Amino acid sequence: MSEFKQEPNFDAQGRKCVIELRNVKRNFIVGSETVHALRGVSFKIYEGEFVTIMGTSGSGKSTLLNQLGCLDTPTSGEYYLDGVPVKDMKRSQRAILRNRKIGFVFQNYNLLAKTTAVENVELPLMYNRNYSAKERRRAAIEALEAVGLGDRLMHKSNQMSGGQMQRVAIARALVNNPAVLLADEATGNLDTRTSFEMLVLFQKLHAQGRTIIFVTHNPEIAQYSSRNIMLRDGKIREDVLNDNILSAAEALAALPKPQDE
Amino acid sequence: MSFTNLLRVAITAILSNKSRTLLSTLGIIIGVAAVIVMMAIGQGSKENVRSELSKMGTNLLTIRPGSDMRGGVRQDPSTQQTLKMDDYVSIREKAHLITHVSPEVTSSGQVIYGSNNTTSSMYGESPEYMEIKLWKIEDGECFTDEDVKKSAKVCVVGKTVVEELFGDKNYDCIGKTVRFKSIPFRIVGVLKSKGYNSWGMDQDNVMIAPYTTVMKRLSAQTYFSSIQMSAISEELSDEAIEQVTAILRENHKIKEGQEDDFSVRSQQEIMETMSSTMDTITLILVVAAAFSLLVAGIGIMNIMLVSVTERTREIGLRMSVGARGRDISRQFLIESIMISLSGGIIGVGLGYLASWTASAIGLPCSVPLWAVILSFGVCAFIGLLFGYIPARKAARMDPIEAIRYE
Ligand SMILES: Nc1ncnc2c1ncn2[C@@H]1O[C@H](COP(=O)(O)OP(=O)(O)OP(=O)(O)O)[C@@H](O)[C@H]1O
Ligand SMILES: [Mg+2]
Repeated sequence: MSEFKQEPNFDAQGRKCVIELRNVKRNFIVGSETVHALRGVSFKIYEGEFVTIMGTSGSGKSTLLNQLGCLDTPTSGEYYLDGVPVKDMKRSQRAILRNRKIGFVFQNYNLLAKTTAVENVELPLMYNRNYSAKERRRAAIEALEAVGLGDRLMHKSNQMSGGQMQRVAIARALVNNPAVLLADEATGNLDTRTSFEMLVLFQKLHAQGRTIIFVTHNPEIAQYSSRNIMLRDGKIREDVLNDNILSAAEALAALPKPQDE
Repeated sequence: MSFTNLLRVAITAILSNKSRTLLSTLGIIIGVAAVIVMMAIGQGSKENVRSELSKMGTNLLTIRPGSDMRGGVRQDPSTQQTLKMDDYVSIREKAHLITHVSPEVTSSGQVIYGSNNTTSSMYGESPEYMEIKLWKIEDGECFTDEDVKKSAKVCVVGKTVVEELFGDKNYDCIGKTVRFKSIPFRIVGVLKSKGYNSWGMDQDNVMIAPYTTVMKRLSAQTYFSSIQMSAISEELSDEAIEQVTAILRENHKIKEGQEDDFSVRSQQEIMETMSSTMDTITLILVVAAAFSLLVAGIGIMNIMLVSVTERTREIGLRMSVGARGRDISRQFLIESIMISLSGGIIGVGLGYLASWTASAIGLPCSVPLWAVILSFGVCAFIGLLFGYIPARKAARMDPIEAIRYE
């Protein structure tokens, strides 16, 4: 592996580059047609960045995120994760990577049916032999408490609201302490208050040094991240750094208190 | 994934679809139960034959005319006339490892008393026969050596004969004269009942008379069909066989290197031949049952394939959070092994129940422990074998495609 390893490159502030895409294309063959979901995307994301990805529906955001999450491989182009080309990895190596380094929140949650919240969150740790059953349970409970579901541990996925399921999915992505957190519309189903609570959580994780990539439709959320990438039609249209990051905690405090509390 | 986690996941999956699991195990259940019952019957009847034969006396030796099978094709012993009076006398005099000897001539035919008749077997023997075959006299007494000397037309009869001829098995028939193949025989004793033996023969349908009488008056022959003897003890059976063989070879003037024109066999050897025959029959039945297990395995494979397709999204999800192909394939393998093993457990239980019922109604049945262990082993193997293809199918799925599967 080491021969493929890129010289680790650093940005102006000396942060390591964790993700590098070079002209990544992803085509889908649908019948006789070829859908170009990604038409050559290149960018670098450095350790500790909080990136929001925006774009219209069908612009390729989920496809891009699947690439970043090592769930899918590019049709052409290169993806280096921590300097290692993902293309050259075996399936099982990518699986281990997903298990240890990446937390992924799916657009449609993807929870195990008829399974309790805590068991859903434990799932990634089931595939990590370093965790004992006890540690696993404790980590899952901590993650659920972090998303404000400490009182819903034993609720089954079909007994929860959409927002609760989404928070379980976030907890599952957090439970393995990932270096890179990928979220696809992670706040799409939450009310304003809860989405700000989630944003506070994401900013806290960001402050702890985690790299976060957050797909959203909501332009407001971009203000709370450090960088914003706009996709259109499978290409990057805009990639800007945010100099004035707003604090989600302040915004949350400024929200009117709910009447019934 | 660790083994305990795999087990937990498999158990959850199995329990979440109980009725289907039960249906898919049905084949295994029936197959295993059949194997267990077959083996139980095989083992049971073997044990039964063994105890039956040992009741006849484990030190029993039999001389038959004609050479043993080892010397090539064996001729029908009844047509050979090598066992003569002379042999009997020599054995009595010289073979000190033999305690009792009785020459045997048999004849079967109709026996008549008044207007009643039945078919029975007449054994021509010496009085020592009672000792050799452990027969007991219930009424009257056995004929004597004197009767043998005089070729007296007397006999002892079994309970079945009494019942058939006199209408009541407890009828006092001592002194009555019956006709066997139109020769009159006076009944001097009634044998204590032995009942049926394990291959369904009525041991009480016999008549025993002095061998001289049967030879002279019934079959007009000068040779014996066999000679029955008992050795001093079971342990000395082999030596007794050697002794008798030596005496007969001398009598028959058989030279060194030449084959015997008779064979001496112990009860033990007969037992072994019999149990090996039974083993063969059992084996054939078990092989037939094993084929049904194979078919059951295909049923499990079918169900597992359906289950893999149904759970495509779950598989995709597990993969997306870090399950490797081998974690997924192990999960499904363990599931199919558990389905097949639980079928095996229920099958063994049912087999036990069936054997127990069978032995309650009098069939000899005994479930051998190794059959149970073997059944579990075979079930685990079937689960592994037929779970392999579905497990591989699951392991090869693409996480994104699987997770989008509708
Ligand atoms: N597995 C697939 N097979 C065929 N076409 C696909 C597949 N996945 C995505 N596409 C196509 O690729 C394009 C980009 O899809 P993608 O899911 O990335 O959009 P998106 O930006 O996430 O949209 P949304 O905001 O609605 O979630 C779409 O035109 C879609 O039809
Ligand atoms: Mg999407």
